[in-house]
Amino acid sequence: MWYYAARRILMSIPIALGVSVICYTLVLLSPGDPIQALLPPDATPEEVAFLKRAYGFDKPIPVQYFYWLMRAISGDLGISLQTNRPVFTEVMGALSNTIVISVGAVLLAFSLAFALGTIAAYNAGRPADKIATGIAVVGVSIPNYWLGIVLVIIFAVNLGLLPASGMGTKGSTNFDIFDWEQARYAILPILTMSFVPLGIIMRTTRSAIAEILNQDFVQMLRAKGLGPLAVLRHATRNALPQVLTVMGLQLGYLVGGSILVETIFAWPGTGFLMSKAILTRDVPMLQGAILLLAVTFVTINLLVDLLQTAVDPRIKRA
Amino acid sequence: MKPMAERDFANPLPINTADRGGRQQPMLLVQSLKKHFPVKSGLLQRQKGAVRAVDNISFSVLKGETLGIVGESGCGKSTLARLLMHLITADACTLVFDGDPVSEIRGITLRDLRKNMQMVFQDSYSSLNPRLPIRNTIAYGPVVHGMAKSDAERLANDLLNRVGLRSEIYGARYPHELSGGQKQRVNIARALALTPRVLILDEAVSALDKSVEAQVLNLLNELKRDFNLTYLFISHDLNVVQYISDRVLVMYLGQVVEIGPVEEIYGNPRHPYTRALLQSRLSMNPAERVTEPPIGGDPPNPINPPSGCRFRTRCIFAEGVCEASQPTLDAVTGDRHPAACHMTDPMSGHTKAAA
Amino acid sequence: MSVASLSDLSAAPPTEKLPPVRGYWASVGNRLRYDYLTIFFLSVIAIIVVLAILAPLIAPFDPTKSHMAYRLKPPGFRNFMLGTDELGRDMLSRLLWGGRTSLLMGIFPVLLATLVGGSLGVAAGFMGGRTNTFIMRTMDVVFAFPSVLLAVAISGTLGGGAKNGMLALTLVFIPSICRVAESATTQVRGLDFVEAARASGGSTLSIVRTHILGNVLGPVFIFASSLISVSILLGSGLSFLGLGVEPPTPDWGLMLSTLRAGIYTQPLLCALPGAAIFITSLSFNLVSDGLRQAMDVKA
Repeated sequence: MWYYAARRILMSIPIALGVSVICYTLVLLSPGDPIQALLPPDATPEEVAFLKRAYGFDKPIPVQYFYWLMRAISGDLGISLQTNRPVFTEVMGALSNTIVISVGAVLLAFSLAFALGTIAAYNAGRPADKIATGIAVVGVSIPNYWLGIVLVIIFAVNLGLLPASGMGTKGSTNFDIFDWEQARYAILPILTMSFVPLGIIMRTTRSAIAEILNQDFVQMLRAKGLGPLAVLRHATRNALPQVLTVMGLQLGYLVGGSILVETIFAWPGTGFLMSKAILTRDVPMLQGAILLLAVTFVTINLLVDLLQTAVDPRIKRA
Repeated sequence: MKPMAERDFANPLPINTADRGGRQQPMLLVQSLKKHFPVKSGLLQRQKGAVRAVDNISFSVLKGETLGIVGESGCGKSTLARLLMHLITADACTLVFDGDPVSEIRGITLRDLRKNMQMVFQDSYSSLNPRLPIRNTIAYGPVVHGMAKSDAERLANDLLNRVGLRSEIYGARYPHELSGGQKQRVNIARALALTPRVLILDEAVSALDKSVEAQVLNLLNELKRDFNLTYLFISHDLNVVQYISDRVLVMYLGQVVEIGPVEEIYGNPRHPYTRALLQSRLSMNPAERVTEPPIGGDPPNPINPPSGCRFRTRCIFAEGVCEASQPTLDAVTGDRHPAACHMTDPMSGHTKAAA
Repeated sequence: MSVASLSDLSAAPPTEKLPPVRGYWASVGNRLRYDYLTIFFLSVIAIIVVLAILAPLIAPFDPTKSHMAYRLKPPGFRNFMLGTDELGRDMLSRLLWGGRTSLLMGIFPVLLATLVGGSLGVAAGFMGGRTNTFIMRTMDVVFAFPSVLLAVAISGTLGGGAKNGMLALTLVFIPSICRVAESATTQVRGLDFVEAARASGGSTLSIVRTHILGNVLGPVFIFASSLISVSILLGSGLSFLGLGVEPPTPDWGLMLSTLRAGIYTQPLLCALPGAAIFITSLSFNLVSDGLRQAMDVKA
């Protein structure tokens, strides 16, 4: 197992490198000259040439990439054009906020989806199954940026129960999810975010448990006279590793794809940061956020994979 | 025991007059055929060893005969078939088809070899394309070899009728609409579509019910007679091999341990492995009840086969010499029934060696 | 071993009535005929598509013309059946016209990605070895981005616009389609009938065309159909972020984004374009599920 773990970790290095190449290429392809952006429009050619050399833009592209990569590894992703602060600190600060709502959403989705999926699998083909499956399809089909707006209309505009956007007075520096005054702000984003993972985890649960219920050992349990609850206990325990894996992957997707939900709720996470960077054409910020998010996603996938190997003895990979 | 005519050469047939080498020339000469599959492992996927699936095999197939090939599963029978068809490339091999070396500058090309030698696969489920009507499956080979589509389909219809499937009923059907026996008939028809002279039957009847198996075996016998075919019949079923073969080749761990006429192999086996294999057949006679398994254990790992004789780890007669040197099949030259065992070689030094 | 007695069985095949010959696609169609849910949502899609195509003929107003006096009016106001937006443009006309861009953003990237990713996947699967490793590892790198992030990254750095948006979506879908095609091809390639085709002397191209494609198309098609819903959601999401279609071109995602301004005065208006996205994506999802079930024929 350690052997597999070592291999899996080594294998994610080229992937991370590839990710950095893509991030770098995207900026290369983006319209606009980075030097022009830094200088006043009336700069002399000498000034332009000087700055080019200073930034290493006169070197061949692979060399430039290498410099950029070295700086990125040391945590230097440049300075945000908008805030004049290091991109790295900005993104890392926002990342914790994104993780708060992503984890919240995935936990909410998991608890609901696992229950629904179990019920659906146990009642396969009956109305309960159809209702649960219907909920799952709605979950993955609903545009969450619209769902967010609808929830705001209901809970903030009409009922006035919850705040429509932002993170409250204390802001993100010492956000405490266990303080109701602040947690209120996270409720709608979490609810909105949980729909897609709800649908996907529920489908996984349903098929995993349905498959287990069809296996011989379950027939055996039934033959021994175990009641439905006891049988389900066996089935859920066997399905859990698979469902948890999907849940972990969903967490990665939420963290990486939080931009839409965060934009709606002005939740100061990485997505909101990117959204602002796009509007202001803050390229260093955008690039840094994309790189860090992609690396986070790769890391989450890696951890999920390793945990799965550790938890599930049946997986023995060569 | 043998309802079919004993190699009926008196009956001249219109098919396959392309006999180049004459009657005495073996249809197929296989020399030092070898295939090792590399085994990779480790962080860098370095080669750690090789599965010696087929390790230095030589034999010949005579014109018009049926050569049965038997052995336990995993002994390399199917690899042998695929090597002969060049579906996988051999590490080393000299193949002479009716006097013509294959894939050499002056010999016949692979394409010509495949026209002359076809194969019937074991798994009737995966050996037919599920998205293709069976008529098209049969016509595929001729079309690839340049026959007009309508001609190829007519040929396919003829062949379907010939293997006992009425073309107007079955021609347009898809594999999932046929039974296992019917699929195997289609398989045979496909193999015949290129009018080959040699048919390799790789466990062609093993997956069938006993009654269907018998029907297909009878069909094979008829086809052999009518189309003047030579068969390589690979099977693990000793009874079937005995029924259909003229000569039998026994394989163990990628090597030939014994080869000879069917009556000799079954009546007077010389290699202890063949003997054990034959004893493992269940007898219908309760007096000949078997209480102990004739061979114990599993075949050894083909990645690191035992030194010397490969069978010695399971052989009750194993001695020092069996570990020291590898017995060869042609120790006694000119024998029509050679066996790769030190006990058959008077010079080997084995205590039980026949003097 | 008396086999002769059985030989009479082999002679004549049974002549009793057999079920009609039915090709694979015909049997899929037959199954779909009795799947009323799928048929219902298929007709919903058909209606949406027809409305979008006929938009120039049936839209009551010019979708870009502002009636500044009538901004954010509720449905049923004067001649505006579904009200007006924040610039006083007719909602119904904009929804009809917006359907065109949204559907295009949903379908075109999937088609293109199926073509590119499918060919790459079949090539990787059939050739195996180094080609496979190269193609699939490259895909793994693209896979290392969550789809939303990648779409935003591409269109965010290249600049907005419908063209860049569609390019972004295409690039997002290529790796997953490629994986499906690759695994299906690898699976089929190992089957005996491909070996048999090689043994019959078929060339690589002929084998791929006759024996591989027919068996790979099904899974790829099912998978691609499930991506249309994702593509519609993502495409409209990009427009919502200001990265897709540019104003004043009507698009459901863009409408949703601009109408947010009126969320306190006319919440219903804001819900309309989202509902359109939702219904379309739901329909595509359910039809794709229906297809998956209908095509899961063990052939």
